[in-house]
Amino acid sequence: MQNPDDILSIEDLTIHYETDEGSVHALNEVSLAMKRGETLGLVGETGAGKTTLARGILRLVPSPPGVIKQGSVFFEGQDLLSLSESKMRSIRGSRISMIFQDPMTSLNPVMTVGEQIQEVVEAHNRDLRQDEIIRQANAMLEMVGIPAERSHEYPHQFSGGMKQRVIIAIALACNPVLLIADEPTTALDVTIQAQVLDMITALKKRLNTAMLLITHDLGVVAQNCDRVAIMYAGQIIELGNLDDIFKRPTHPYTRGLLGSIPSLTKDVKRLSPIKGLMPDPTDLPPGCKFAPRCRFVTEACERAMPEPTHLSETHQVRCILAEAEVRNG
Amino acid sequence: MKQPVVKKQRTLAAETWRRFKKNKLALTGMIVILTLVVIALSTMVIDFVTDKAIYNDYVIKQNLRMRLQGPSREHIFGLDEFGRDIFMRMIWAVRYSLFMGTIAIALSTILGGLLGAVAGYYGKISDNIIMRFMDVLLAIPSMLLATAIVAALGTSLTNVLIAIAISYVPTYARTVRASVLTIKDQEFIEAARAMGASDVRIIFKYILPNSMAPLIVQATLGVAGAILSIAGLSFLGLGIQPPTPEWGSMLSSARAYIREGWHITVIPGLGIMITILSLNVMGDGLRDALDPRLKN
Amino acid sequence: MADVLLRVEHLKKYFDTPGGTLHAVDDISFDLNRGETLGVVGESGCGKSTLGRTILRLYEPTDGTVYFENQEITSLSNKSMKVLRRDMQIIFQDPFASLNPRMTVSEMIAESLLIQKIFTRKQGPQLRARVTELMDLVGLSSKLINSYPHELDGGRRQRIGIARVLALDPKFVVCDEPVSALDVSIQAQILNLMQDLQDEFGLTYLFITHDLSVVKHLSNDIIVMYLGQMVEKAPAKELFSHPMHPYTRALLSAIPVPDPDYAVDRVLLKGELTSPIDPVPGCRFAKRCPFVTEACTKADIPLREITPGHFVACILV
Repeated sequence: MQNPDDILSIEDLTIHYETDEGSVHALNEVSLAMKRGETLGLVGETGAGKTTLARGILRLVPSPPGVIKQGSVFFEGQDLLSLSESKMRSIRGSRISMIFQDPMTSLNPVMTVGEQIQEVVEAHNRDLRQDEIIRQANAMLEMVGIPAERSHEYPHQFSGGMKQRVIIAIALACNPVLLIADEPTTALDVTIQAQVLDMITALKKRLNTAMLLITHDLGVVAQNCDRVAIMYAGQIIELGNLDDIFKRPTHPYTRGLLGSIPSLTKDVKRLSPIKGLMPDPTDLPPGCKFAPRCRFVTEACERAMPEPTHLSETHQVRCILAEAEVRNG
Repeated sequence: MKQPVVKKQRTLAAETWRRFKKNKLALTGMIVILTLVVIALSTMVIDFVTDKAIYNDYVIKQNLRMRLQGPSREHIFGLDEFGRDIFMRMIWAVRYSLFMGTIAIALSTILGGLLGAVAGYYGKISDNIIMRFMDVLLAIPSMLLATAIVAALGTSLTNVLIAIAISYVPTYARTVRASVLTIKDQEFIEAARAMGASDVRIIFKYILPNSMAPLIVQATLGVAGAILSIAGLSFLGLGIQPPTPEWGSMLSSARAYIREGWHITVIPGLGIMITILSLNVMGDGLRDALDPRLKN
Repeated sequence: MADVLLRVEHLKKYFDTPGGTLHAVDDISFDLNRGETLGVVGESGCGKSTLGRTILRLYEPTDGTVYFENQEITSLSNKSMKVLRRDMQIIFQDPFASLNPRMTVSEMIAESLLIQKIFTRKQGPQLRARVTELMDLVGLSSKLINSYPHELDGGRRQRIGIARVLALDPKFVVCDEPVSALDVSIQAQILNLMQDLQDEFGLTYLFITHDLSVVKHLSNDIIVMYLGQMVEKAPAKELFSHPMHPYTRALLSAIPVPDPDYAVDRVLLKGELTSPIDPVPGCRFAKRCPFVTEACTKADIPLREITPGHFVACILV
């Protein structure tokens, strides 16, 4: 099943949150693979399960209420879900690291930024000498475009964009194989977002790091990713490279998302939004989760969730219409 | 996490109750307190119906031949230094501790809440004057303040109430001022102002309902403190006077006989302890249940 | 002759901060015609929200005048202002923070009708009928009439915010980032609703946002703000086809476009936004501008009309 080129391969991962409102089906049998050095964009709206997937990979799903129901997460050949907690800790931050959305609260306010980077370097290279740790930490700061002299400053002395750079420096300090970035620029202004995204892309190319970029912004994906996975109600409903998704979007939800964005390049008099709302995650429809909002819904859609259909080598989609189309040639 | 789509419709009170009852310890505390309230109310009804006959015959009537007798079948908590049934006295004392504590805190909540709301909403000079005065009050240890007030006004039930109410005012003024300050900068206040709502409407319809939660919690915990203060004042001889049964004064007068009969000090002590503990766990439970950040 | 509904002249709003005087809105002037939409774009801290609130006198202006239907409103008493609030309304960004958590949907919509004394408490049935009508108008199911805001999703909350504004039948509405807290698919629903309402009731919008694609979609004219000042103003199409100010160009080129083949020459900016505390004369953008010259920091740069209707404050244009 596993491809030897894949550094990460998620199979049938299912995560529920057991609350007293009922069981929240946050992630339902998600399978996904990533190659070394590639950037995969994970797109979806609030509650689609993007963050749960990211936390699931790192085994950071808060428990309770989170329960990993089934599935496996193979990273460099070993199943992360069966590792001991101490082994997992040594992977977090050194082989896989994560950037969170809010740069304002991700840094410790009472430590200088230099100390915070040094701490990560030290935690994963126990035998390094103190001056070597400082040298490496300063090198990381310079790499994200902050002069090393500022390593003695505290987070409150930095602006939002600068803080996010520090967080990126911390995330990359141990040269991870995989970087998970959860909405890294959502809290930033557009001009700063452009700076930070350009920097992340350049750095990951240089370090050959794979990146899982979680975002709700299709524009960010189009400008920064190699492949895209579209999530809806805890499932990946379409997966493909940039051309597949932006030029040949197949799932009605993907098409709806693209139709909802006011265009800068074209003149559109009226947006074509998707009607309705996300389904209640404690009470998902039995068949296709998108069926209640879908313009092309048929009776068969409401019976069972369609399995992924491969439209091409790179492009797969979970929709009954695409299934029928492929079958009929 | 998830946005609730459309859930069953619940008022905030129902929502709070749902979360509160999950905390078994807090629930136990509440049951204890409710039991005490029922006891206190029943003794008041009994006094009214029997025209204090039971009170006179069983609660304050002395029987020196039986003094300091230990717990037995007829007197499950034993008898005190004047041969009075401790069980009856404990039960008759509940009203003083509980209701006086509650009334004192209600007074200071209203006064403190009003002062805090004015200070928080209007700010500037009124804020400065009110809060500096509160700081002065806070600088005096509350027990000392209450003692001084009672000493000056004379020992009586009302004066004890006033003394305790005043010593708790700054706490509530601060609590309300803090929550008014956070609420008044929120957008829904601005929205009300954009619709043309008046200050009075904004304070009573927007700010006060939204600052009730911390106030309720603070008041529950405050009742516990007030009960302790009443017991303390009575213990010092400044509160409720014998022979009226009150846990603090029972404890105080029992002190001298601790070697002859352990039960006469331990039982009022336990009574105070259990009440305070129940109020505190209930207050903690309420705080968790009312905090919207801890939803689910 | 266009029908000017709102005229803003040299509007200023300064705040005293511990660090000095913050020039949040610094000398802004514009006209807004009835039934049109003026977009105000800028990054956080550029003063765009303060501008909207100062026009409505939720903040008292430091200087300058605002005319609404040819009436000067900057010196009106609070009482006359209250009457005028029926005509001038605001929709807020955060649909959760802007709703009173202790009120139900119907109470909130009824609240604006009661405050403005359009209905009184005694007219229960009529009031309820009007509330239901308004809910229907903004696409809220009448099942939700007794719901509390925390039970609803962001899109529905924003619909309440719109309904309570519509209740007053206003002429002018300040929309302060009304869709930026919403998911894309919901955002599109709300934008369409706002367009429909504008067509139906002839509303005039001042649309404040950081999202350029949203303003392009909705606006007739667009103002670009930077650190309290207007740096460029032009009809929407013109601004997007011929951006002139370096900041506008940077802003436009920084937007991630959902099209993998779309390539622009990025005007990447140095540094980050500061705040306009005790600003020195000269162009406030000079520190980050890739084309800065010595003359830029000598004196304040006036707004000039370069082509008809297209104003820019830059000496290089």
